[in-house]
Amino acid sequence: MSAESAVSAVPMVEARAVCKHYAGVEVLKGVDLVVNRGEVTCLIGPSGSGKSTLLRCINHLEKHDAGELLVDGQLVGYEARDGKLYERSDKQICVERSRIGMVFQRFNLFQHLTVLDNVTIGQVKVKNVAPDKAATRARELLARVGLDAKEKNYPSQLSGGQQQRVAIARALAMEPKLMLFDEPTSALDPELVGEVLDVMKDLARSGMTMIVVTHEMGFAREVADTVYFLDRGIIEESGDPRKVLTAPSSDRLKSFLSKVL
Amino acid sequence: MKVVPVRHTGRWIAGAVMAVIVAMLVHTLFSKVGTGQTSCHTVNGVRSCHPVVNWRFSWNIVFHYFTSSEILHGLVLTIELTILAMVIGIVLGISIAIMRLSPNRLLSSTAWSYTWFFRGTPVYVQLLFWFNISAIYQTLSIGVPFLHVTFLHINAVALFTPFRAALIGLGLNEGAYMSEIARSGLIAVDEGQIEAASSLGMTRGQSLRLVVLPQAMRVIIPPTGNEVISMLKTTSLTSAISVVEVLGAAQNIYAANYEVMPLLITASIWYLIITTVLSIGQFYLERHFARGAQRTPPPTPIARLREDAKGIMAKFRTPRPAMTREVAA
Repeated sequence: MSAESAVSAVPMVEARAVCKHYAGVEVLKGVDLVVNRGEVTCLIGPSGSGKSTLLRCINHLEKHDAGELLVDGQLVGYEARDGKLYERSDKQICVERSRIGMVFQRFNLFQHLTVLDNVTIGQVKVKNVAPDKAATRARELLARVGLDAKEKNYPSQLSGGQQQRVAIARALAMEPKLMLFDEPTSALDPELVGEVLDVMKDLARSGMTMIVVTHEMGFAREVADTVYFLDRGIIEESGDPRKVLTAPSSDRLKSFLSKVL
Repeated sequence: MKVVPVRHTGRWIAGAVMAVIVAMLVHTLFSKVGTGQTSCHTVNGVRSCHPVVNWRFSWNIVFHYFTSSEILHGLVLTIELTILAMVIGIVLGISIAIMRLSPNRLLSSTAWSYTWFFRGTPVYVQLLFWFNISAIYQTLSIGVPFLHVTFLHINAVALFTPFRAALIGLGLNEGAYMSEIARSGLIAVDEGQIEAASSLGMTRGQSLRLVVLPQAMRVIIPPTGNEVISMLKTTSLTSAISVVEVLGAAQNIYAANYEVMPLLITASIWYLIITTVLSIGQFYLERHFARGAQRTPPPTPIARLREDAKGIMAKFRTPRPAMTREVAA
């Protein structure tokens, strides 16, 4: 086995018995999950089931309380040395985060910056890319999401679908090894969902590793390699979307699917 | 069908009453009164006498001193104090607001105590305190508390000149008010903006500086404009600690010639002029920081005047159209 294939054998994300609670409420009760490189994983489940929390733990926007969470073979937020877990410094966590792209339900574009500046700011300020190089890359990415004509606009002048495509371009500008999507189409008008999903499908085809929290069952069936169904903080069912979504074995998933489909 | 607009009778009456009150005010401002003296002239051998009258508000004296060097020097000092005290206040205020929002309890409670103390005591008392501080600290030294190690010694009497005492007093007091304004601005920025900044790998400092503060400015600037205007007028208190700003200069003059009212008016007009200039500046500053928040920025007053003029001209040029728009819609 060559060194390269040994590296790629390490999953991009691995969760082992991850737990998280807020003020006494257990949100995640021991979640296990494996996301391999180049795969698209969809997390589905009713609201409050812990999907978004799991996603946020992967990016260390939330700290998990117990269990192990590894991204690219590295523990998230901790370093294992001499049989102890050392909490990472804020700076190290920032470096880790800069390699993980995140797309939010409510876009969260920087309102005071133009579309172009939204896509360049991370490159320039975090990765220290020269401004002109950053702008060139930003324009390429905006062209890829079909918004190269809007670079001088402010986010408030764009539709929801356009804003979400800019948000995807902003995340991609950091050249992430992993992309996290937190209900990227839930805040959109129905007729705008398609344009965002198309960009995501295109991204999946290019080989990006993606974890998508979604209610779009059609997207999950078409694009996902693996689907995880979360309910009340545990994974009820997982596997190939064609099997999980068409012939669910658990009653909870059956009743969930009967409501969303 | 013809649309008949509602008649606002009450509004017309209120307008008429206001017009009368304004006319009375203008009349008294420019009325003349006898001085109790008479002046006599001889023209073509005929001697005639008449009582001397003068402006009730002594406008001649008001404008005689308006550009006198004492007043102008005072004015420069007023502007200097306003700008410098606001700079201290804004820097301090933003720092305290950030401290107040820190997860570190020691930092946040220190910030809270600062605001509590400086908002809780009158600025006039604070000014007198700094002016007299050398009564309790003859020298200031920097060193390690409780150990007799010092690095720096300063003579407090030489340090706290009236101007510096005024600057410190106004600046520290302003810091307390500005911190509350800055805090409200920081809180107003959506949590999602900070999350997005973190997800790009920005540090807490970067997200504060590049993402949160620029957006907080939109909320911070209007009340800060009010603070600047308020500070301009608060500087007049420093005349009590022998700073010769514009009011101090006016007081010095009327102490000699007893023309109290005209000189107070002289000072007031200068305050009004600077306030007007500041308000105009505030409008353009707000417009700048509103970018991205509004789809179309509000028009400048000049643009609005131009629009109005265009509207009036159009009305004159074309016969008034029948008001059928509303019905058609």
